[in-house]
Parts: sequence; C-alpha cells; structure tokens
Amino acid sequence: MNTQGKAFKYMDNVDTDVIIPARYLNTSDAAELALHCMEDIDGEFVNNVKKGDIIVAGWNFGCGSSREHAPLVIKTCGIGCVIAKSFARIFYRNAINIGLPILECEQAAEEISAGDEVSVNFDTGEIRNITTGKNYMAQPFPPFIQNIIKCGGLLASLKEAEDE
Amino acid sequence: MGMTMSQKILAAHAGLDVVSAGQLINARLDIVLGNDITTPVAVNEFRKAGFDKVFDKERIAIVLDHFVPNKDIKAAEQSKTCREFACDHCISHFYDVGKMGIEHALLPEQGVVTAGDCIIGADSHTCTYGALGAFSTGVGSTDMAAGMATGMAWFKVPSAIRFKLTGKLPYNCSGKDVILSIIGMIGVDGALYKSMEFTGEGVHGLSIDDRLCICNMAIEAGAKNGIFSVDEKTTEYMKNRCERKPVIYEADEDAEYEKTYEIDLSKIRPTVSCPHLPENTRNADELNNIKIDQVVIGSCTNGRMEDMEATYKILKGKKIADNVRCIIIPATMQIYRECVERGYVTAFIDSGAVVSTPTCGPCLGGYMGILAAGERCIATTNRNFVGRMGHVDSEVYLASPFTAAASAIAGYITEYREA
Repeated sequence: MNTQGKAFKYMDNVDTDVIIPARYLNTSDAAELALHCMEDIDGEFVNNVKKGDIIVAGWNFGCGSSREHAPLVIKTCGIGCVIAKSFARIFYRNAINIGLPILECEQAAEEISAGDEVSVNFDTGEIRNITTGKNYMAQPFPPFIQNIIKCGGLLASLKEAEDE
Repeated sequence: MGMTMSQKILAAHAGLDVVSAGQLINARLDIVLGNDITTPVAVNEFRKAGFDKVFDKERIAIVLDHFVPNKDIKAAEQSKTCREFACDHCISHFYDVGKMGIEHALLPEQGVVTAGDCIIGADSHTCTYGALGAFSTGVGSTDMAAGMATGMAWFKVPSAIRFKLTGKLPYNCSGKDVILSIIGMIGVDGALYKSMEFTGEGVHGLSIDDRLCICNMAIEAGAKNGIFSVDEKTTEYMKNRCERKPVIYEADEDAEYEKTYEIDLSKIRPTVSCPHLPENTRNADELNNIKIDQVVIGSCTNGRMEDMEATYKILKGKKIADNVRCIIIPATMQIYRECVERGYVTAFIDSGAVVSTPTCGPCLGGYMGILAAGERCIATTNRNFVGRMGHVDSEVYLASPFTAAASAIAGYITEYREA
C-alpha cells in the first residue's frame, strides 16, 4: 500500500478543535464535516488538498477531544497519510480504528517542507521526499495493530475474529 | 517488579496476575460511555459492522450533554439517534433532558462509576473517574461501538508518572490550580500515553470535587488516565451511592514510575492558562489589566457543587462588572436544584449573571456563550485552543471558579482575595 502527494506542513500540538471545530459537530456526516477540515488554522486547506496528499506535523498531533470526526475528516478530504513527530493517544487510536494511515517519524516531520512531493510505503514504513531525494524510515506498528489495519479497522477485525 | 494502581486494575480486568508497561492486553470493561456527539458515530459503526445487541444494557451509559436542550435541528437529530438506540437496547443509564448532567459530573454523582472499575468513554475527559480510584480513559466512537458490542477493549499498559502531594491548598486555590500548575510544569504532552498517579498525604486535604477536577484535566497533559489513591473521603463519598461494590487497588511498594514529582500544595497559587494552550500558565497576579468580555463558570471540569459554593461566596451581594457577561452552568440537575434551594441562583441573577441548565455548550464553542472576534473570556473549562469558544480571533483563559468569579466582578483577570 502506498500514497504519494504534496505535503501540507503544520506545527506542534495541532488539536482536534482546529482539525474539525466543534461548532460543526451537530452532524456526523463525514462529507459535510470534511468541508471544514483544518479551517481554523488553514482556511485554504480544503481548496488545495488532493487525493493522496500528506499532512506533516510536529509533536502531539491530534491533541484534545476524543472526537473521531477528526481523523475521519482528514481521511475524507483525501489525505493519504499523516506523518508527525508524535500523536496524541486518542487520535492515534482513532486513526487506526477508522483506517487513516499515520506514521511517527521525527526526522521526516522535521525536514519535509510544505509543498514537497512525498511518497509513503506503508508495508515497509519508508518515506521518500521526492523533491529533495531524501529517504526516511518510520517506526513500524506492532503486529496487533497491523492486524487491525489489515482488516480495515477495529470493528472489521472483531467481526473477523468472531467468524473464525 | 511491582505494579502501579492503573496496572493493577488493568491486570485484574485482563484476567492476568501481572502486566507491565508496553504490554498489549484485552480488558473487560465495567462501563462504556458516550455522549450526544460521539454516540451517533458509534451507533452507525455498531450497525454497519452487523452487531445487533449490546454486551450488557446495565453497563452502558449514554448522556446527552453537549448540545442539549438541542441547539438546532441537526443536534436534535443526533439526540434522536441516541434516544432510539438507548430505547431499542433498553440501556439503563440513559440520561436525557431533565435527568441529564454533564457526563463526568453526572456518573460519579449517580454512583454509576466506582473504585476499581475499568471504564472507557467516547469523550476525552472520561479520565475524570480516576478520582475515585478507577482506571478510566477516553477513546473514540469506534472503540465505544466495539466496547458496547463485546464489553472488551484493547489497551497498551501505560507507564506512570507519580505526583506525591503534601501540604494544604491556600484558601483561594482549588484542584483546578493544582492541575493547571502541573500542566504548566510538564506540558500538554508531558504525560503522553502515561498514567498520572496522585498519592501522598496531601491527597487527604483535597475534596472529591478537587480530585475529580484534577483527574478531568489529565488528558490536557496528554495522559491516558489520572488516578488517585482511595482514602476515607473516597469511601465516604461512594457509600450508599455506588451501584456496584468498590474494589480498592493500591500501588505496590516497588511499582516503577518514570518520574516522581513532589508537590507542596501550600505553594500552589491561583493559576491561569493563557491562550492558546493549557500549558501556557501564569500566576493570576502576574497578569496585569487583562480585560474580559465574558466569564463562564461550569463544565465537566468545574461545574460541581463546590464550584458553585466558591462562586456564590464571591458573587453574593456583588455586581458583575459593566460590559462583562457572566454565564454560570451547574453541571447536573441535582447541583442545579441545590443551587436553587440554597438561594445561589437568586444571588447569581442579582449579581447580573445568567444561570443555565446543564450543558457543555460554551466550553467547546457549541452554543450558550460563543465569542466574537477579538473577545476574551475567562472560563473554568478545560481547553483554550484556537477557536475553542468561538471565533478564531477570540481568546480563552482557563482558571478556577475562585479566579473566574473574582475576575467577573473586577472586569479583568485577578485572583480572589479575602476582604
């Protein structure tokens, strides 16, 4: 599994309130919510994002609320992967549970610039910055989590276990 | 190697004698919680995956609190989804308008959660119940759906940071000042993935409301959970209240902590978190002439009875400053009623404040006190992120009810001082 696209770069502590402001949470319709993704820190994001693009951020990405709407809108916008120095724990869990690929890689998160063309190979954890020619290796997921991802999310993995 | 309080609870719920930090486990859940924002997503996932019954109708709590009484048609539809699901599955702990309260004030008050429990909630402030000696953590809607279906959740066993408390808080400080000071010290990811365990003789001087407030904001330091050791106050609080028998876990003598902080509560000062992160803390008296447009006293962090008492003590017989709107929100119907009976509501209204029925509304910028561009609010809530209470160019300062109420009278941020 791979993704390739342009990098959108953000700082440390990107919180769930800027990923999807609570004022829009009177609906759980992903397509409707996705129109407001990142709007409080980057009003142009939804106009510029294309399928396969990548979000690159600093420490503690996704801190704050437990709203699963946050990884959901990022995924719905077409983002193929989020690379960060670290993720807030509920966001990390939610991303895995709904099937949004995320990778922790401090060096890549530091060095990739906004607008760089980046490709990610999820099987190997390899991140390639095509613009600069630099390669990085992200931390692989533990096998337990890899299985959730392989099944297509937590509930699918539970169903699979139930059927076995 | 010994285990921490959190590790012991997790081991017991995973049917294991011993667990260690980093281990992946499957644990049995005592309570699975959701609210009117997160439950509809969970219900959808639950149905989509083909589940048709919940694991135990007594062990699921659904609380409508974020946008109720409903703020608009869409919010009403979401509440309806929750209501229908609760009805279809005969969920015993379903709290609708008239019975509801802000979930993290309501569940301890109603005795739904107890010491020794393993709890997940699709709300980040689910970590609140650690105040009673439970392992309790926030998750997303898919985890809630899985929890409702199976009564189980997977966890990575957390390592822990210990906070050894000594001394007694000054008269103008509360649990809020303790937790804001700690977040200021360790940062918004200072406890990422970890437990924050609060122990030491200083615990005994903290009320249950203080402890609930401290654990409530553990997530604001990135923690997986916050937890207090159980003492006589906890036992007294739980007596004749909790539906299930409390089970008390103590950390082993040789439990391993990544770090231990010694905190002398007598040195805590009225603390304020400045925009736009909870870690941007300052002593209230260092903030000069920061004028405010709005004050919010309430939320799952500070809408409990002691918070109302502190607010009453300060506002009684005084007037809210000109050009300041003061919104007071008792967190549960029981607290609301108590405020009416004790005459607090009359005193609040006479001071120029408004008093709302329980809702999370303004805390997350939903409704009931949204800020315009350039406006500034001091709030007893838990987050001051960009746009949290309204316009992206508005500002939220976090503080205790003492500091917020004193500031409401002054019209600028100030600490409370006894006359």
